[in-house]
Amino acid sequence: MDMFDDIIINIRKLNFSRGDRAIFRGLDIRIPRGKVTAIMGPSGTGKTTLLKLIGGQLLPDSGRIELDGANIPTLSRRDLFEVRARLGMLFQSGALFTDMSVFENVAFPLRVHTDLPEDMIRDIVLMKLQAVGLRGARELMPSELSGGMARRVALARAIALDPHLVMYDEPFTGQDPIAMGVLVNLIRRLNQALGHTSIIVSHDIKETLGIADYVYLVSDGSVIAHGTPKELAQVESEQVRQFMQGLPDGPVPFHYPAGEYRAELMKGV
Amino acid sequence: MRTRVMEISVGAFMLAGILALILLALNVSGLTVSDSSGSYRVTARFENIGGLAPRAKVTLSGVQIGQVRSIGIDERMLMAVVEMDINGSADYLSSDSSAQILTAGLLGEQYIGIIPGADDEMLKDGDAIENTQSALVLENLVSKFLFNKVTE
Amino acid sequence: MLDQIQALGRYGLTRLGAVGRSGMLLAHVLVARPQPLKMFPLLLKQIYFVGVLSLVIILVSGMFIGMVLGLQGYTILVDYGSEQAVGQMVALSLVRELAPVVAALLFAGRAGSALTAEIGLMKATEQLSSLEMIGVDPYRQIIAPRFWAGFICMPILSAIFAIVGVWGGALVSVDWLGIYEGSFWANMQHSVDFYEDILNGLIKAVAFGFVVTWIAVFQGYDCVPTSEGISQATTRTVVYASLWVLGLDFILTALMFGDL
Ligand SMILES: Nc1ncnc2c1ncn2[C@@H]1O[C@H](COP(=O)(O)OP(=O)(O)OP(=O)(O)O)[C@@H](O)[C@H]1O
Ligand SMILES: [Mg+2]
Repeated sequence: MDMFDDIIINIRKLNFSRGDRAIFRGLDIRIPRGKVTAIMGPSGTGKTTLLKLIGGQLLPDSGRIELDGANIPTLSRRDLFEVRARLGMLFQSGALFTDMSVFENVAFPLRVHTDLPEDMIRDIVLMKLQAVGLRGARELMPSELSGGMARRVALARAIALDPHLVMYDEPFTGQDPIAMGVLVNLIRRLNQALGHTSIIVSHDIKETLGIADYVYLVSDGSVIAHGTPKELAQVESEQVRQFMQGLPDGPVPFHYPAGEYRAELMKGV
Repeated sequence: MRTRVMEISVGAFMLAGILALILLALNVSGLTVSDSSGSYRVTARFENIGGLAPRAKVTLSGVQIGQVRSIGIDERMLMAVVEMDINGSADYLSSDSSAQILTAGLLGEQYIGIIPGADDEMLKDGDAIENTQSALVLENLVSKFLFNKVTE
Repeated sequence: MLDQIQALGRYGLTRLGAVGRSGMLLAHVLVARPQPLKMFPLLLKQIYFVGVLSLVIILVSGMFIGMVLGLQGYTILVDYGSEQAVGQMVALSLVRELAPVVAALLFAGRAGSALTAEIGLMKATEQLSSLEMIGVDPYRQIIAPRFWAGFICMPILSAIFAIVGVWGGALVSVDWLGIYEGSFWANMQHSVDFYEDILNGLIKAVAFGFVVTWIAVFQGYDCVPTSEGISQATTRTVVYASLWVLGLDFILTALMFGDL
């Protein structure tokens, strides 16, 4: 059975630019429901931007972003907020609310979107914190957390409401090998036990390929390769091999678009 | 616990604001709650009211017993009409009382002084004071003085 | 030459854009269906930060300004033998002008700048974005409570400023300079009118609270989310808010007391 029989997100002919710089040119991506989809690509290609477009925080220049059939860019403000309540997103920076404790941060989505009694909220929050190994840190303020801890709290907050679709922006950066393993397991478990759809943006190739059902490689504004991890490993393209093996030289540009290096140095002041 | 302190201080803050407003009303502006209910209104006509203004004091022997409500013109007699509110407790003014416009100090504000008469009948709401004496206008005094000097 | 005209044009357009966006923000705050139950704890917290924490500076300044007014009023009026009128001078200048204006200027410096910096930092650290992604409207959760708190606190602070100032004036002129207490208060009560002076002063305070918090909240929400961006936005809040308060004060005074 093909996993693309049931797709939750369908992005078609997406164009987006920042100022004069085109970030996406005719991007096409389909996300299968209930699977883990990885989006990979060089730094600065617009992976975070893509997640924000899906969340409706940025408006594309043209193209459709369909979530369960609804075109996100044309939704009214109120409908958009309703849709978002069913999404979970882990920000690259964590973005915890600095005026609330760890506990309150995780409890926040529950408090605003449900009418659950206080002891039930407490149980859920403790469960989520336990899952990321930070139950003991619930009284700390975000300023008292390390970068990796803050990201794990943010993860707990992103999954507090058990959303159908969770988007993880670099969940593994800044984690030690143990926490990394725990997070990989957590994401896989959420996906298998509860049927969540997950979108993972990550540079950690080994971990990501380990849990992803499907992978998109994005570079230079469009998808350069896609397929299951196994399929990708067999792609002949030099671009793909370079990225998968982390070689600095090759067709995938490591540099932000710029003039010729030597010429610029020679130009002087 | 922290929110409790916060809530209490916000409550106290709001109360302080209300208290400040009440103090402003009562102590600074002298707003009295039963303002016009316990007062009666009389009118008086003057040749010249000088610098008299609404809300000026109305006094008896220098003690305030009311205030000027409005000032207008009697178009028939071409005189100034002054309406004043006299405190209800000041019910001892006889109907032949007279009113004069006085000045507090040399350059001070102007107010109305009532001089009681001898009649048995008392002033009541809507009455008019017949006997009036206008304001002393400084310029008139000066010119009169100069004029007299010249003719001498 | 053409470059300068272009620069001028661009400047005009960005300014106009900012005006439009601030109008949008205000519309969102005013139109947002109020949810009293959810809003109340947030509002309470903001009244604490915006109002209660501004109280000390308001008390101290009000007191000193009242004392200075008493002293200056006495030295001027004593030459005309009307030092009894110092009460009315202190009270009228405080109630009509100084309490709303000075309280609003202090409020802009104390609370307005803090609001801008806080919201700007929330933007820079993606807290506003993450609120949106949780499905909570930042206008409702962040902007509206701060806006209403400023709106509520300003008249309270102004009334407190005025009463403390009058008290400071009385302290200097009655207790220290020896003006007869009865005539101090009587003159004051006689010349200060509740509706004309005190209520008009409060209306001014409400208008200033509206303008100052609007500017503060907008500058924070609209800032460039970087360190310089936030520091510039904070400066702009204080400068714009102060200028608006002073300009608006003239207009309101002309409407309320003047025959312009
Ligand atoms: N606010 C912004 N204004 C202008 N350009 C921006 C802005 N944010 C991002 N960009 C540009 O958009 C491009 C894509 O940024 P994005 O953050 O999506 O990259 P990314 O793929 O997530 O990179 P990384 O893997 O390093 O997180 C970058 O080249 C960046 O220069
Ligand atoms: Mg990114």
